[in-house]
Amino acid sequence: MASYETHEYDVLIIGAGGAGLRAAIEAATGDLKVGLVCKSLLGKAHTVMAEGGVAAALANVDERDSWRVHFADTMRGGQYLSNARMAELHAKESPDRVRELEAWGALFDRTQDGGILQRNFGGHQYPRLAHVGDRTGLEMIRALQDHGIHQGIEVHMENTVISLLKTGDRVSGAFGYEREKGRFKIFTAKSIVLATGGIGKAYKITSNSWEYTGDGHSLAYHAGAELIDMEFVQFHPTGMVWPPSVRGILVTEGVRGEGGILTNSEGKRFMFDDIPELYVNQTADNPEEGWLYTQGDRDARRPPELLTRDHVARCIVREVQEGRGSPHGGVFLDIAWIKEKIPNAPEHIRRKLPSMYHQFKELAEIDITAEPMEVGPTTHYIMGGIRVDADSQMTAVPGLFAAGECAAGLHGANRLGGNSLSDLLVFGKRAGEYAAQFAMENASVSLDESEIETIAAHTLKPFENPADDGSGEKMGPYDIQAQLQEKMQDLVGIARSQESLTQALEEIQNLREKAENVHAIGNREYNAGWHTALDLDCLLTVSEAIALAALERRASIGAHSRDDYPEKEESGASKYNTIIKKADDGAMEIRRHPVDELRTDLKEIIDEMG
Amino acid sequence: MAKATFRIWRGNAEGAQFVNYDTEVSEGMVVLDAIHRIQAEQANDMAVRWNCKAGKCGSCSAEINGQPKLMCMTRMNALPLDVPITVEPMRAFPLIKDLVADVSWNFRVKEKMKPFTPRPPDAEDGTWRMEQEDIDHVQEFRKCIECFLCQDVCHVLREHDLHDEFIGPRFFVYAASLEMHPIDTENRLEELKDSDGIGYCNITKCCTKVCPEHITITDNAIIPLKERVVDQFYDPIKKLFRVFSR
Repeated sequence: MASYETHEYDVLIIGAGGAGLRAAIEAATGDLKVGLVCKSLLGKAHTVMAEGGVAAALANVDERDSWRVHFADTMRGGQYLSNARMAELHAKESPDRVRELEAWGALFDRTQDGGILQRNFGGHQYPRLAHVGDRTGLEMIRALQDHGIHQGIEVHMENTVISLLKTGDRVSGAFGYEREKGRFKIFTAKSIVLATGGIGKAYKITSNSWEYTGDGHSLAYHAGAELIDMEFVQFHPTGMVWPPSVRGILVTEGVRGEGGILTNSEGKRFMFDDIPELYVNQTADNPEEGWLYTQGDRDARRPPELLTRDHVARCIVREVQEGRGSPHGGVFLDIAWIKEKIPNAPEHIRRKLPSMYHQFKELAEIDITAEPMEVGPTTHYIMGGIRVDADSQMTAVPGLFAAGECAAGLHGANRLGGNSLSDLLVFGKRAGEYAAQFAMENASVSLDESEIETIAAHTLKPFENPADDGSGEKMGPYDIQAQLQEKMQDLVGIARSQESLTQALEEIQNLREKAENVHAIGNREYNAGWHTALDLDCLLTVSEAIALAALERRASIGAHSRDDYPEKEESGASKYNTIIKKADDGAMEIRRHPVDELRTDLKEIIDEMG
Repeated sequence: MAKATFRIWRGNAEGAQFVNYDTEVSEGMVVLDAIHRIQAEQANDMAVRWNCKAGKCGSCSAEINGQPKLMCMTRMNALPLDVPITVEPMRAFPLIKDLVADVSWNFRVKEKMKPFTPRPPDAEDGTWRMEQEDIDHVQEFRKCIECFLCQDVCHVLREHDLHDEFIGPRFFVYAASLEMHPIDTENRLEELKDSDGIGYCNITKCCTKVCPEHITITDNAIIPLKERVVDQFYDPIKKLFRVFSR
């Protein structure tokens, strides 16, 4: 083991998006030695892409808002499959987490009286999203980064963790490589926080970058932690669809929050056609009322474009399938129409949605102040993930914590927009705090060296595999990744069935065999092909978990839709979460776990808010 | 489908050269798409740094036909395809491999700058009151995605290699965002004058021209900072005052 560069920490954070940075800052408040490992440069993680805002019941714009309403909105949005304790903590603590960012230099847009401005968003009853135009994520990650670099945290940029290391039951470190030279690194730690984000790269059409290969999910699963509700993958209703090279890039929900409407090829606002029962009382039944809501009329109800993301995505798919789509297979999203309502509309749009204006102008040659956009669903977020304790964020593995998108519980079957940025602040802080506490209460453990040699050999295997297995079939990492993305898109996408999911599991198994023999060319120096080959392990693990959980849930609820089981619940079954674990024989095991009984006071809130 | 030839810088600090690749170009493609296609089909081990592919993260900075640009925001139909398209890493920084430059100097510079230091909160709940018009400029500076293209094009860094004496336009923008922040209480003018080397900037505005976020770096950030430095250190009346108050 002496041949590997080794770094010793009390707390190791893996991932440097919002959750990882917030966890690191918290863990570093005492005297502990904190390490932070990230795959990209600091400040480039996916949090930077978040546009619309961070949800927190500050009640700056509408004093009727409170943590209770935010809690009820989150539970309703998640179809009551969320962990209620997490939803409670999240709603109670997010205002403080947002205010704290201002103390670290963040500058949110302001209200008339100089407070933090808040905007409307899907599923939130009151204007709740603190924002900076449509670049809220950039503001947040920069504030965390610029504060974090002065907290004594050691940062390892462009480093990837391949495997967690355990000693007995406890997590004791991590094995990874640095990108520049491809050298291996060992990190030892008394506790580890996983904050690796999502799994979007398992799909062909996605708003996620190359990094989102389910690393944390996979690392935790192989270390013995449980994954929960993996079938719930959020397909954001509005991704760009044209030109082909930008397909999947996100178009913020903020467009609809500012009054943008969805229309089909017949010019009809099709969202009025299908309003779910849970939301009938809260939804406008005519365009004028919807418009007034977006302009801050407190008596108006929200337009149906601002229903939850799962529902809007399904309605768009329906319009396209029934032949009422836009020329390139989406529907129209129109913000230009507001010129009928307000003076200086183009200027207003450019000010409220500057990066959307820029994005369409530069990438699609479309002026959104003058013409509609074409949009369609794109893989955006996974509600499911690593199962954690609500208060501490610790997994089933002692010393291993998780926060942000890779952890699960808050969002249930569907996440509300804006709740991910607040999620990563609230639970990033908690994970950092409890990981630090664990590190203080537990002595360090020594590493199991035999394990390390096995992992190192496995990591170098792609260079040793033959370029051609004799079948004449391509074996390159990009080929296998592309095949997996195609299969997941086609078979485990928005519409699923017993048949498609069974086939998906077979395909994943075939691809796993191919991945075992994947060949990488060149040497270890900053070699994208080799990195892609190594990422395949994680992608295949999360893909299998998603397909297996989707097969298990024989119902259509939230983001999960089964053509063969259109009902919300299986007859006779009560509400449950799906839980995946690695069995002793190495196979992936799934079981159902009933949703915990609601605490009486929380139940009262839900009953009261309807 | 059109065809294009790319001349891509391949190699590492020990040796590198242009290598030509032919690839297909389809509708709406940006340079990063073409690079990815070449990487997937012809050069698996090619190093390229990227993330969001939507102009929001500032990872894929490069020099395209000699111009500092984000690869993800440079459309192929804006480039002449009858001659090879050159793609090189940023030249103001050391090469790691292929299109990836070592930008770590920038992170070290930022760490040395005085951090944000707010005045005590205005309200009992620990918050501050700020007018939108008072933060408009700072919000402009905070649009920066840290692509470092402004650093790449700045002659003080690129030609004169004064990385030890000059922090570059990115960090003048950062300094301006702190100095003009309505609740910050720190004073950074002495560093700006001395160790940060703001005097080296002779306002050629090259940085402003290449900024993908269209931040008016020179006019809104650097010139006002230079004025503050002049006011504090070179104003004759203040200078006299300082002499007598010693």
